[in-house]
Amino acid sequence: MNLPIVSEPIKTSAKEPVTDPEEAVHLEAVSVRYRVPSERVRTLKEYFIRRLKGEVHMRTFWALQDVALDVKRGEVFGLVGVNGAGKSTLLKVVARVLRPTKGRVIVRGRVAPLLELGAGFHPELTGTENIFLNGALLGFSRHEMQEKYDQIVEFSELGQFIDAPIRTYSSGMYARLGFSVATASQPDVLIVDEVLSVGDEAFQEKCAARIESFRQQGAAILLVSHSMPTIEAMCQRAAWLDHGSLKAIGEPVQVIRAYRERGG
Amino acid sequence: MQPASVYDSAQLIPHALQEFKEALKYRHLLFQLVRRDILTRYRRSFLGVAWTMLSPLGIMLVLSFVFSQLFNQTRAYPAYILCNLMAWNFFAQSTTSAMNSLVWGGGLLQRIYIPRASFGISAIGSGIVNLVLSFVPLVIVMTLTGVPVRITAAFLPISLLLLACFTLGLGLLISTLAVYFPDVAEMYQIILTAWMYLTPIIYPEAIIPAKYNFVLRLNPLYYLVKLWRLPLYDGRWPTWGEVWPAVLIAFGMLLVGWLVFTSKSDEFAYRV
Repeated sequence: MNLPIVSEPIKTSAKEPVTDPEEAVHLEAVSVRYRVPSERVRTLKEYFIRRLKGEVHMRTFWALQDVALDVKRGEVFGLVGVNGAGKSTLLKVVARVLRPTKGRVIVRGRVAPLLELGAGFHPELTGTENIFLNGALLGFSRHEMQEKYDQIVEFSELGQFIDAPIRTYSSGMYARLGFSVATASQPDVLIVDEVLSVGDEAFQEKCAARIESFRQQGAAILLVSHSMPTIEAMCQRAAWLDHGSLKAIGEPVQVIRAYRERGG
Repeated sequence: MQPASVYDSAQLIPHALQEFKEALKYRHLLFQLVRRDILTRYRRSFLGVAWTMLSPLGIMLVLSFVFSQLFNQTRAYPAYILCNLMAWNFFAQSTTSAMNSLVWGGGLLQRIYIPRASFGISAIGSGIVNLVLSFVPLVIVMTLTGVPVRITAAFLPISLLLLACFTLGLGLLISTLAVYFPDVAEMYQIILTAWMYLTPIIYPEAIIPAKYNFVLRLNPLYYLVKLWRLPLYDGRWPTWGEVWPAVLIAFGMLLVGWLVFTSKSDEFAYRV
């Protein structure tokens, strides 16, 4: 089991007219607070007894604190920071997986999360069946997936294997299919978390080319990477997160320099 | 392309309503999840989906053999059991699988956004498919034991709707509890066993002494299972007095379950 974490009640800020439509992602003073009980209370009985005695101690920590940034259409925005700095939490806030404790998130259009490729694949189902299942998880109808089907199979380079149960796939094939489904249609916001190491070099180049074409057609791309050369080569802007706060934001070169000097 | 929708975390739509809209939007996902359940359940077994029909039949045979002497007053006892078991299995299996798929499959909620009630709703969907399939052995057993299927069976969709609402409501409620307290999952199996014996499933209602009748009256499943059995086994239309408690119980449970679940569902991604 993971850490037992409870989110705080959500305080929503006042509604106001939505800002610049060129900003596909807009974060306003976003904070996420996790509450971790200092000891795990696993049974109802234990919980109620402790609750009565006032013994449920919670340790809180802020995974994100007052983060404000925006990603414009047609822009690749990089995020750097050590493990546990809050990068993944930020991506989850944008992907609607987590609702922020405080602050406001605005996302325009469809989000394609490349967080964990093939999340939701079922090992007993064939490649084809999983394409439709995974497509539905991403919010597509069966009809939409039928239109994309041929292109997905072709991009994944799986050939005959598409009709075999997915448990027979190698990890590379698995990730290739996951990438092909997740990027089957042009998203408005693409979230990329260190997944560019999919398959062999030729396939990686194909992935990078597809991401680049999404960008040219106006997608906003949020990229997390531990590889500074990748950030420098791909991003127009970048930000450095440390202990949940933004330490630097701006030109990738400068952000990386700041991160290396003071953080990394 | 779909019209560009704007997600604004500060929007103040009540969670219960929001989740309902999202579930409608993701109806294709619900269909796919049901399909996945049905396809994968028996994929590696030789007889495949036939087990959906064979297993209640097997259980019926065992129970008939064991209890036929005890309840030999009951007309067509095997048909009586099988009829009740259909409703009971639907309820027990759907609630259990709603809970388990959220607790064990909930990792998905931490990775991508899907409506949180998807698992619960699709568990009901799979349950309905299984229930419909088990009509095959039921009709066979009813014919063999001389219980005709009457026109009153036309009432069954309403019985099923009410049973499904209750099941979904309770499934969402215990799912919420199980996210916070994993012990609930184990505890629930014990509760189910007790609950089954408190409901006239394998024994006829008439054997309950009058002074313990209040136990039946307090049991919501008594009304719902009875509403299922009347048009099928008894072959008569339910009276209004038999319908309204079931309606009240079913929609009441659904409302409570839905409200509790949706008020907590934003926290699930932090927990499961």
